[in-house]
Amino acid sequence: MGTIDTLTPVLTKDWGTERSWTLPVYESRGGYASLKKALTMAQDDIIAAVKDSGLRGRGGAGFPTGMKWSFIPQDNPKPKYLVVNADESEPGTCKDTPLMMASPHVLVEGVIISSYAIRANTAFIYIRGEILHVIRRVQAAVAEAYAAGHLGKNIHGSGYDLDVVVHAGAGAYICGEETALLEGLEGRRGQPRLRPPFPAVAGLYACPTVINNVESIASVPSIIEHGAEWFSSMGTEKSKGYGIFSLSGHVTNPGQFEAPLGITLRELIDLAGGIRAGHQLKFWTPGGSSTPLLTDQHLDLPLDFEGMAGAGTMLGTRAIQLFDETTCVVRAVLRWTEFYKHESCGKCTPCREGTWWLVQTLAAIEQGKGAESDLDLLLDQCDNILGRSFCALGDGATSPISSSIQYFRDEYLAHLTHGSCPLDPAASTVWASSLTRTGA
Amino acid sequence: MTTTPEKATPAVETVSVTIDGVQVDVAKDTLVIRAAEQVGIQIPRFCDHPLLAPAGACRQCLVEVPDAGNGRGFPKPQASCTLPVADGMVVNTQATSEVADKAQQGIMEFLLINHPLDCPVCDKGGECPLQNQAMSNGRGESRFVSSGSGGVKRTFPKPINLSPQVLLDRERCIVCQRCTRFAEEIPGDPFIALIERGAQQQIGIAENAPFLSYFAGNTIQICPVGALTSESYRFRSRPFDLVSSPAVAEHDACGSAIRVDHRRGKVMRRLAGNDPEVNEEWITDKDRFAFTYAVEPDRLTYPQVRDEDGALRPASWPEAFAVAARGLAAARVAGGVGVLTGGRLTGEDSYAYSKFARVALGTNDIDFRARPHSAEEADFLAAHVVATGPGGVNGGAVTYADLEDAATVVLVGFEPEDEAGSIFLRLRKAALHSGTRVLAIAPFTTRGLAKMHGTLIPTAPGDEPAVIGSLLGHADHGIDATSVILVGERLATVRGGFSAVSDLVAKSGARVAWVPRRAGDRGALDTGCLPGLLPGGRPVSDPQARVDAATVWGVDHLPESPGRDGDAIVAALGSGDLAGLVIGGVDPADTTDPAATTAAIDRAQFVVALDVRASDVTRAADVVFPVAPVIDKAGTFVNWEGRSRPFDAVLGSPSALPDLRVLAGIAEEMRSPLGFRTVSDVWAQMEDLGPWDGARSTMSPVAAAPSDFDAPGLVLATWKQMLDQGTMQAGDKHLAATARPAVAKVGRTVFEAMGPTLTLSGERGSVTLPAEIAVDMVDGVVWVPTNSSGLGLLTDLAPPGARVTISGGDA
Repeated sequence: MGTIDTLTPVLTKDWGTERSWTLPVYESRGGYASLKKALTMAQDDIIAAVKDSGLRGRGGAGFPTGMKWSFIPQDNPKPKYLVVNADESEPGTCKDTPLMMASPHVLVEGVIISSYAIRANTAFIYIRGEILHVIRRVQAAVAEAYAAGHLGKNIHGSGYDLDVVVHAGAGAYICGEETALLEGLEGRRGQPRLRPPFPAVAGLYACPTVINNVESIASVPSIIEHGAEWFSSMGTEKSKGYGIFSLSGHVTNPGQFEAPLGITLRELIDLAGGIRAGHQLKFWTPGGSSTPLLTDQHLDLPLDFEGMAGAGTMLGTRAIQLFDETTCVVRAVLRWTEFYKHESCGKCTPCREGTWWLVQTLAAIEQGKGAESDLDLLLDQCDNILGRSFCALGDGATSPISSSIQYFRDEYLAHLTHGSCPLDPAASTVWASSLTRTGA
Repeated sequence: MTTTPEKATPAVETVSVTIDGVQVDVAKDTLVIRAAEQVGIQIPRFCDHPLLAPAGACRQCLVEVPDAGNGRGFPKPQASCTLPVADGMVVNTQATSEVADKAQQGIMEFLLINHPLDCPVCDKGGECPLQNQAMSNGRGESRFVSSGSGGVKRTFPKPINLSPQVLLDRERCIVCQRCTRFAEEIPGDPFIALIERGAQQQIGIAENAPFLSYFAGNTIQICPVGALTSESYRFRSRPFDLVSSPAVAEHDACGSAIRVDHRRGKVMRRLAGNDPEVNEEWITDKDRFAFTYAVEPDRLTYPQVRDEDGALRPASWPEAFAVAARGLAAARVAGGVGVLTGGRLTGEDSYAYSKFARVALGTNDIDFRARPHSAEEADFLAAHVVATGPGGVNGGAVTYADLEDAATVVLVGFEPEDEAGSIFLRLRKAALHSGTRVLAIAPFTTRGLAKMHGTLIPTAPGDEPAVIGSLLGHADHGIDATSVILVGERLATVRGGFSAVSDLVAKSGARVAWVPRRAGDRGALDTGCLPGLLPGGRPVSDPQARVDAATVWGVDHLPESPGRDGDAIVAALGSGDLAGLVIGGVDPADTTDPAATTAAIDRAQFVVALDVRASDVTRAADVVFPVAPVIDKAGTFVNWEGRSRPFDAVLGSPSALPDLRVLAGIAEEMRSPLGFRTVSDVWAQMEDLGPWDGARSTMSPVAAAPSDFDAPGLVLATWKQMLDQGTMQAGDKHLAATARPAVAKVGRTVFEAMGPTLTLSGERGSVTLPAEIAVDMVDGVVWVPTNSSGLGLLTDLAPPGARVTISGGDA
């Protein structure tokens, strides 16, 4: 087992503290000091600090956060808005939810500093509607912040005003796509918008808008507190800083591990106590189901934007789902594909119709029906969706299919020759060992 | 008749792009899909529509862009309907790029997996963009069927009604959103919306859909598949059996281009034509669906004469001509003959009435205004409107395009959504995209005004002259030379209204246009169907003008004495001063005093009626001629701009003749031949005559009526809704079901005092209607639609602007 020293708890440092989500506890551990410091800084200096830190968007795409902020046209007379994307819905991703549960104030503090930097007087936190407990906790934190004078008019005598609105989503994966999120926030149907204009120019209510992931915004207070250099001292050359890695599936101790970008999966599995006893890693997703999956050949790749791109996948949201040799890859991919079919917003043809068809083709193969040519048909369908859909949802839907056929073509074929799934689905469950014992 | 004036076109910035190896210069910001059209390359598309904002939803128009103009290409195929050109851009379409071709074939395959492929029974089959493009850009065999599962299509129960007229077949729908985008972007009536998601996404009736749209039929036409159909056309015919003829809509003064599709002598449907200067590609539902009036069972199919026993009997055409000629000649001697025409006439027919009155009847007693009118209005038309147009000697008249360029458009006595649908759409476009400010001098904010983001200048009927006068230099509503004033015919009911407009135009330099309700009115004005005007705007009072017309007409002289207008003709018939009447296309219920008009027709010694369908007028006439509806004759409509829109006969019917041919026949029997028998004869004569190039008459101002604030009751405001009881809307119950219901609109206080049902009583009777609140209704005013209930308001209640008393419905 590796050493615990590879962890860099910043966002997660208070998660174990009693009543960590309350304002007194957060402040007693140094919370809101960064805000007070930031309010004495020039706004452009904050933007520069975030730029210099090398912080890249933690929502998956990895766009440099400071650069995004600097795109806001400050000569535009319209109001500016900050929107926090807390619609965490990617299968396997579970970082923003625990962060907002355990440390909502680090997000609120980040929101205030970020809004101040981009000259926004209203900020929105768009939280996935299904996680009602998180919505309540963030609402409570915002209320506490208002009561303490961190929010509202003339914050701490700085002359700066900010209102924060906590908005509950209505239950759509697509609303994690930033322009669909804006549509939803405006009260319309959640479907992605045509770009340009980009949100930085005409976003929420056609005003300049910055949209950032929860973790990106929550990272800002630490950058202000410790400086850009401190932040960029962590991570790799082009992927600076720390991030929360969520490990789920067939590991001994699943959970969130905050570590510098560039850590390897081998190190993370060690931190999580190894693959579940008696089994070997078969495949894994580096950043949720929309990122092409990898196998045990990729254990020592650096988990950063470049390392993952080099392996033909993406760092994504660092939602690492691990599957051991008991898992049928076809079955897992079918489940994901059904998710995309269910979540396709319907706006564009390839995603709406393509996911409908992919599920049917995959389901047939999983049941052992069809021919080898159906694999080529699947890949051709993916080719006709990838890069042809309106937004990235369609692209994501093809990732598990094409990557799994790349690495596990034989297993697909085994379904066809076997006439059904050659694996025992029960063997991959958490209760598999008890079943085996009973059976023995 | 007119040509577009030479406009100094501002230099358009162009960029150079290469499409399939062909270099072309196109205007900056042109979309790639349009740039490709310019070099003759058609990229397949569904959601794209040139008059709607780009959506990029169907993805059918994907192209490869190896160079975006910056030396770098796009890694993925791009939707050409959302991508603007850039200088140096290189685009390869399906014609030259395998990537683009495969991308398009892939999209087409996806579109078809859930499509029912029921082309053989689909109304759209044969004219369907999906069918056509599946042939040109799709694969012949489906792979959906061959996949392991066999391919299970998504199904829906078959069609659902989106409105009483429009049906949706969700299985055929490819959710391109053209219909929902149209509804939101063009008329601003979001009566339909997307609902559900993924493959279940469908078009549905919008939540809290506030009302039905006057323009819903356009969604059927722009639907690129057979998903939207109309109750009136569904399953009636196949596109390849239809003959399509261009025509011009006859229901308002807009001059909208339409296409009439007919089969074996029967009109099956009408579609919008494409006339960029006029209606673009949109028409009202009335223009689209109201055509069955021409085949109603009461259509007149043979001439009739009144027999000695007092009953009408069928007659041959020669006999009818002879009887009419004899009777009119006698009436001419016995006191004279008046001529009343209605709004359904073509310009050529109007010319025939105008000449018939002067040459055969020797009178200037002619009026086309079968509605409340005034001498002040006739003065205004002679001074400002007649014989103007977008081009020609009196060019420079206000056009549709001018509405988009104007800084401010003032509406007075005019509600465009109800009274001129194409103007409404153009004004809404102007307000949304060109920043045109719309001001309405009206008693309350109508739906149409709200959709144009217009501003109400609250005005009770009768107060218009003062309000118009106050616009000059008004702090908020200042009018200047960049403004356009659109005056509706209804201003004739307000004494001093047209004088105030004339005065404002003189002082501000603003431009003015007059918008009548009916298709034939502007042509009737320009051809001299007024007591003071001869064709081409020649003033009757001007000897030179009379000589001018007499010369071309080959007669010694024309009547000099000023004629009677419509009301005076009715009065003179009633008093016996006039003996005869020639009446064509007039419904007495529309006239100033319906009872007086009906009595005048009864009293007249001799009446010749020319009409399409039997009516109380034809039943009272001495000779009845069946005349052709526009579908059966050629002609010209002159729209509100003064723009001529000629059309050919779509069908022919041996049982009716154009009005001009009937009048020519009577005149020949009267030994005063008109010198024409056909439309082209008339056209040639009108060309010979040309417009008047002499001095235009000036307006003699009329003072406004003093306000009577203390009079009891409420002032009656009224106009006709687009869809109502009009005789030319007969025969389509589905269209009728989309009409706005008859309600009395009142202010909140009146509503709260009187309750949800109101009884209004006026000088001619009383009506009871449901009441509705208009939040900004001017105090002391009630609005009721003119012809949506009973026999019409002019018969049942009171004339516009009169005082009415109200009580709760149960009282």
